[in-house]
Amino acid sequence: MAITFTLNGKSQSVDVSPDMPLLWVLRDTLNMTGTKFGCGMALCGACTVHINGEATRSCITPISSVAGKKVTTIEGLSADGSHPVQKAWMEEDVPQCGYCQSGQIMSAAALLSKKPNPTDADIDDAMTGNICRCGTYQRIRKAIHRAASMAGKAHSAA
Amino acid sequence: MATASVVNRREFIKTGAAGGAALVIGFHLSPKAFADQAQEQEKKSPNPFDAWVRITPDNRVTLVLGKSEMGQGVYTSLPMILAEELCVDWKQVHVEQASTNPKVYDLGTGGSGSVAGSWLPLRQAGAAAREMLIAAAAKKWEVDADTCKAKDGLVVHGHPERSVRFGELVADAAKLEIPNLNKVPLKNPNDFTIVGREVHRLDAAAKSTGSAKFGIDSRIPGMLYAVIARCPVFEGKVASFDATKAKAVPGVRDVFEIKTSGRGASTTGGVAVLADNSWAAIQGRKALEVKWDEGAAANESSEELRKQFLQNASAKPANTLRNDGDADAALASADKKVEAIYELPFAAHVCMEPMNCTVHIGPDSAEAWVPSQGPQWAQAVIAEAAKLPPEKVTVHTTLMGGGFGRRYQADFVMEAAQIAKISGKPVMVLWTREDDMQHDFYRPASYHKLQGALDKDGKLTTYKHFQTSTSIAAKWSQKGVDDPGLGEFGTGATIPYTTPNIRIEYTLAHSSAPRAWWRSVEHSSSGFVMESFIDELAHASGQDPLAFRLKLIGDSRKIPQFGEGREDYHPLDTGRLKGVLQLAAEKSGWGKPLPKGQGRGIAVFYSFFSYVAAAAEVSASSTDFKVNRIVCAVDCGRAVNPNGVRAQVESAAIYALTATVKDAITVDRGRVVQANFNDYAMIRMNEAPPIEVHIVNSTEAPTGIGEPTVPVIAPAICNAIFSATGKRLRRLPIRGQDLA
Repeated sequence: MAITFTLNGKSQSVDVSPDMPLLWVLRDTLNMTGTKFGCGMALCGACTVHINGEATRSCITPISSVAGKKVTTIEGLSADGSHPVQKAWMEEDVPQCGYCQSGQIMSAAALLSKKPNPTDADIDDAMTGNICRCGTYQRIRKAIHRAASMAGKAHSAA
Repeated sequence: MATASVVNRREFIKTGAAGGAALVIGFHLSPKAFADQAQEQEKKSPNPFDAWVRITPDNRVTLVLGKSEMGQGVYTSLPMILAEELCVDWKQVHVEQASTNPKVYDLGTGGSGSVAGSWLPLRQAGAAAREMLIAAAAKKWEVDADTCKAKDGLVVHGHPERSVRFGELVADAAKLEIPNLNKVPLKNPNDFTIVGREVHRLDAAAKSTGSAKFGIDSRIPGMLYAVIARCPVFEGKVASFDATKAKAVPGVRDVFEIKTSGRGASTTGGVAVLADNSWAAIQGRKALEVKWDEGAAANESSEELRKQFLQNASAKPANTLRNDGDADAALASADKKVEAIYELPFAAHVCMEPMNCTVHIGPDSAEAWVPSQGPQWAQAVIAEAAKLPPEKVTVHTTLMGGGFGRRYQADFVMEAAQIAKISGKPVMVLWTREDDMQHDFYRPASYHKLQGALDKDGKLTTYKHFQTSTSIAAKWSQKGVDDPGLGEFGTGATIPYTTPNIRIEYTLAHSSAPRAWWRSVEHSSSGFVMESFIDELAHASGQDPLAFRLKLIGDSRKIPQFGEGREDYHPLDTGRLKGVLQLAAEKSGWGKPLPKGQGRGIAVFYSFFSYVAAAAEVSASSTDFKVNRIVCAVDCGRAVNPNGVRAQVESAAIYALTATVKDAITVDRGRVVQANFNDYAMIRMNEAPPIEVHIVNSTEAPTGIGEPTVPVIAPAICNAIFSATGKRLRRLPIRGQDLA
């Protein structure tokens, strides 16, 4: 039976097993490979997407549970890499291998949408679910602060 | 100092590219560590170039690269070197990954050797192309080439200045005589404008937008996804299986057995489940019923291995690998003796991108998409499984979600090739995290007994190091027999601390657990052991650990690497060793008092031809500890991209911190106990201390940086904990409860 949800602003229908995790629907059914498989148990955060604005681990999210909801993936975070978090990531040279970074960026973007000026403790709380084996944590922290300040400046200029 | 690169053979090729003339220069990148392998390959391969520079009439400069990008930044640092000599904006240099085919082979990416091994060849290739372009312009203008120069992708001449773009010159340049590479004038390093600059990564945008394609992102029309049920016990086999329930899972297309490849690719064999998507394959494997023939390894355990270690340490005579003076006599007559046992467990690589490989085998050829540090090996195993000559196998090396040595292996490639051969369809073999953790090639488990003696003046009279371990060489030896074990010490057998009596001994322990190269390989144990023990000796003699090290290192001189057989092969420069030690000490505020309950520890080690020191600060009680700060000082020769060097040091420090304070890989009933991030945990954001990196300003040729920080982290932390608490931790990983 087809399941319909909003994916990066557009209506999307898929006809798959209802227990199939959103991660695999994105990657294998829709060939949207920006969202990554890391552990399959919501332990590493590589598969993080936004569902109705909340950072969610797509590897344990059955597709049936997203029916009618709004899903945003790394591909939909911005059209051109211009989201403040993405810009900050490039300016701080956060990625090394880069595999976990889609998930890191989605977690960071969700954090900033709720807390535009996060403290280090806020960053710890929001980001501790995302593992980076290249150990880019201090650059991630700096990039989140930079994105917050960028977004703040854009806001005050508006 | 001689450069780290040995270029066996470099030649130029000049071809007319499709769509117009181009200046194409083929050459060969080769870190010394792979030189022998390269020579072997040259005998087999008609055109052994693993890199090219291609300049086309549209002014496009392309570096076709036989190095794999696994996060270490070769897509950025290598174009910088080329652009420097070629005199173009480095951002105008495009990087194209070389495919493995008969015209090109990849020597592999490892040993922290990418920049070190590419430094001279890339400079020479860039300089040669520059000189040919200048010569072409001079001819065109009918002026002396000495009066022309290259800048920003142009050749310029005279006052008022006239200029011509490189692209307009390539057709003429390609007709010119090739300069002798060993005589081509290289830029004076004082004139460098790109090398040494803080440069952003070229791949940061793709990796921040989800558009970067890793191996796991390969999508081939008609492909199937496969997962494999492997015997959980090392070297176990399939006894029988029932695929009825697996085949009933919607989306599952096929289920069949694949056999172990034996030595070589070293696969386990198992039962493959092929499906329309990864999820269906994983579900199919869950439903599969397999009876295993667990074999002889089913009795192995970490406890049993430790018993072997203890027996080896006490009972058996060991192989003596180094014997200077008479260590035992000196120990017998010593004023003060120090003895300590250190232990390190198996460690898993845990690349964030689980192992995967996509292969399509046709009747006459094969194509593969492989996240590999060793694409040439991948090509060989696919050819073997496909029963095709290697030149019929094209390997596309993809981006890698981490490598750390794991992706040098070809086991996952062989599996994909075996399945693709049977299936006839394009197939991706996908490993789950559990597969990755339980079927890795682990850093060997090891046990070390250190004995030292000090005289009345606090001088070191003896350094004795006995090691027993499961050994990488024994795993890969074609004979499968004992090995002398010097490889298990690495530069740990090259002792920079002055002492007349040195004895290095080794005994092999048996394990069926697969072992191989884990970030920094044997140096991860050697650094921990040597730098913990030197710290113990310093405290035993009542001396400051920094002052004690500096005194024992002594004068600045070059110590040949023990066992290398050549005195001039990257000897350990004690001046540079002291340099990083003093820099880390200074930047960490060594000697400044810390609050009660805090401590500072230091360690230094030479590996991959680079010098790294770390000073760690910890808070510690009788129940717990916390790493507050790590200060690293590195001397890796000239830092091509200091930003990239810092990133690698930060990365290696976190990698080593995980191995120091998180979980061990343990074995029970012949199988790995840990399976996912819940029981083999990683350092996360809330536990990651600030890491400061200080780079020695050096004019020496670049040396390794991906790995050499790993060996100093565990000893710096354990030494800091001792300083804070008086408790010496000698067994990794360390735990709060060890402090009681």
